[in-house]
Amino acid sequence: MLWDALTLQLGYNATLVTVGAALLGVAAGVTGTFLYLRKRALVSDAISHATLPGVALAFIVMVALGSDGRNLPFLLLGAAVSSWLGLLCVNWLTGRTRLAEDAAIGAVLSVFFGFGVVLLTVIQTLSAGRAAGLEGFLLGSTAGMLFNDAVVIAVGGLLTLLLVVALRRPMSLVAFDPEFAAASGVNVQRVDLAIMGLAMAVTVVGLKVVGLVLIVAMLIIPPVTARFWTDRTDRMALISGACGGLAAWAGAALSATAPALPTGPIIVLTSFALFAVSLLLAPGRGLLAVALRHRRFQRRVHMRQGLLALASGQPIYERFTLNLLKRAGLAHADGVATEDGKARAAKALRDEKRWEFVRADQAFESAAAMYDGLREIETVLTSDQIAEIDRRIGGPRGVTV
Amino acid sequence: MSGAEFVPLSLTPLLIGVFAAVACALPGNFLVLRRQALIGDAISHVVLPGIVVAFLVTGVVAAAPMLLGAAGAAVLAVVMIEAIRRLGSIEPGAAMGLTFTTLFAAGVLLLEQSDTSGVHLDVEHALYGNLESLIWLDAVGWESLADPSALAGLPVELFRVAIALVGVAGFLWVFWRPLVLSTFDEGFAQTMGMRTKGIGLALVVVAAIAAVASFDAVGSIIVIAMFICPPAAARLMTNRLEAQVAWSVGFAMMSAVLGYVLAGYGPIWFGFDNAVSAAGMIATVSGVILALAALFGPCRKRLGAPAV
Repeated sequence: MLWDALTLQLGYNATLVTVGAALLGVAAGVTGTFLYLRKRALVSDAISHATLPGVALAFIVMVALGSDGRNLPFLLLGAAVSSWLGLLCVNWLTGRTRLAEDAAIGAVLSVFFGFGVVLLTVIQTLSAGRAAGLEGFLLGSTAGMLFNDAVVIAVGGLLTLLLVVALRRPMSLVAFDPEFAAASGVNVQRVDLAIMGLAMAVTVVGLKVVGLVLIVAMLIIPPVTARFWTDRTDRMALISGACGGLAAWAGAALSATAPALPTGPIIVLTSFALFAVSLLLAPGRGLLAVALRHRRFQRRVHMRQGLLALASGQPIYERFTLNLLKRAGLAHADGVATEDGKARAAKALRDEKRWEFVRADQAFESAAAMYDGLREIETVLTSDQIAEIDRRIGGPRGVTV
Repeated sequence: MSGAEFVPLSLTPLLIGVFAAVACALPGNFLVLRRQALIGDAISHVVLPGIVVAFLVTGVVAAAPMLLGAAGAAVLAVVMIEAIRRLGSIEPGAAMGLTFTTLFAAGVLLLEQSDTSGVHLDVEHALYGNLESLIWLDAVGWESLADPSALAGLPVELFRVAIALVGVAGFLWVFWRPLVLSTFDEGFAQTMGMRTKGIGLALVVVAAIAAVASFDAVGSIIVIAMFICPPAAARLMTNRLEAQVAWSVGFAMMSAVLGYVLAGYGPIWFGFDNAVSAAGMIATVSGVILALAALFGPCRKRLGAPAV
């Protein structure tokens, strides 16, 4: 059943929903990347909540003009206008008053949403029954998606994606270094508005699929997931788009297999699963990799300290250090060094001495900067240099009085 | 409007609205100053899964387990945000957005999966609240206020919100100095030996209590709006913190009263016979107040600091 859904064999309607959702997921993932890099992830929260009064007003206008009121493009146009207004309010509040951005976002999202709810109750009294389906904008209602709706969503998602591709260079420039971007002639404010406008487009298009409360997740979670896998903007946008598309595809397919699985939440939870896997397993930034790296580092520190202790004849009480030395065959269980251990300890002490010399000498300044107490001196200096240092340190000397 | 009509139908919703608004606005002052204004938004979203889980576990719609579930979810969310932020070194805003959308999605999914159609538990209710329906049926007029048998029939939400308000006010009263110091100069507060992390956590917990207590009476919209709009408007009116808190309480009460009255009677003035959502109207009025403060408030500009 699930396989059928994933391979688009569950009938016409399910296929429409799955393809539409996947396109939207890709567009959201790619757009969200720039939002995340610009540290504006939560602006999408304000944008999405600000769509509600627009949808409701568009509905009221359509009913007043005598039509049915459920024309998707017109409703989405209303959503776009009101969320753009909300965006301008956030910009104005942060730019012209001393309120911080989070307060502006919170104020806009709650007030616009509250006003939207007021309008919804007006609609309920205006036309009993005909408003059914409008509430689907809160949490998405993909099941009732018609062919025309799917086309609107697919085309909208595709257009957004193309715009992002066209604008990716100035957008990444602004995201990383706004001052440099401004100095090299990029209009930072206009690029910022473009990023916001694209996020708005994704939000408006996604209303029908996941609803206004959860569209935020499609803009935030994939970029965060992608950040674990790469340090490059272009790759991050690609991975983020792939994550978003995959989550939307799998989520929509999964929800098509049972009636009680709402599409929006399933897509969000799939997306979160991808995030959780990345958090754990990503190379470099993932928890597992970090833990392994930490453990390796810990071993090296203990080993080094243990060797230095052996060299100066001090007893080792620390269990972990002793175990490490024992396992490497450098010490006996009672903490006495083996022949091998004595040699290694002498070498460690010698290296410490060499480092001391290097750090004291101005001539080795760049090499001395590499000192962290663990690095082998051979990796920094050539054998000629080491020989020179050894000559200057001199051999072991007797105690002079 | 006579007492016989006002007392049973409007007095208790009005009081609940005012209490909830003030209980949220008080901690909101510090959240806005600490740039944590969106904590209120996050908390009110994650309350949903908490309530659903509590319902699934106990099988009844009872206040105590639901409040516990909601509070548990709020704490879980705070822990999750902090864990994701630290473990993945992710920007706080994104960590918050990720957490609350995921938990909210889980709540909606649980709600759809479980058979809760028979009880009063749905997403719209969670968002809008049911302020209008919290009426005092036993009252007959002003004289009922002195009648113990009628007072026993007061909506239980009134007491819950009132207790939350007293708790929040008490917390601010007792911890005023550490709160102020750690908000404005965390480093200095630390050198004074204060546990600034603990104070910050306590503030979030108190905010969560206010949110959860108000949530089931008035819905999440008012909670989010009251956490942010009155304190933000108050911040544009004055430079002194005490005055700001006073302004915010005034704005919160004004929003609640004006919003409730406009929702109930406004449409009638315009010739419609049905009331509109009180919760939505209260949020709208608080937004209008904020807009006026942003346009005309005496301290609205950021002076001396670079635009961030």
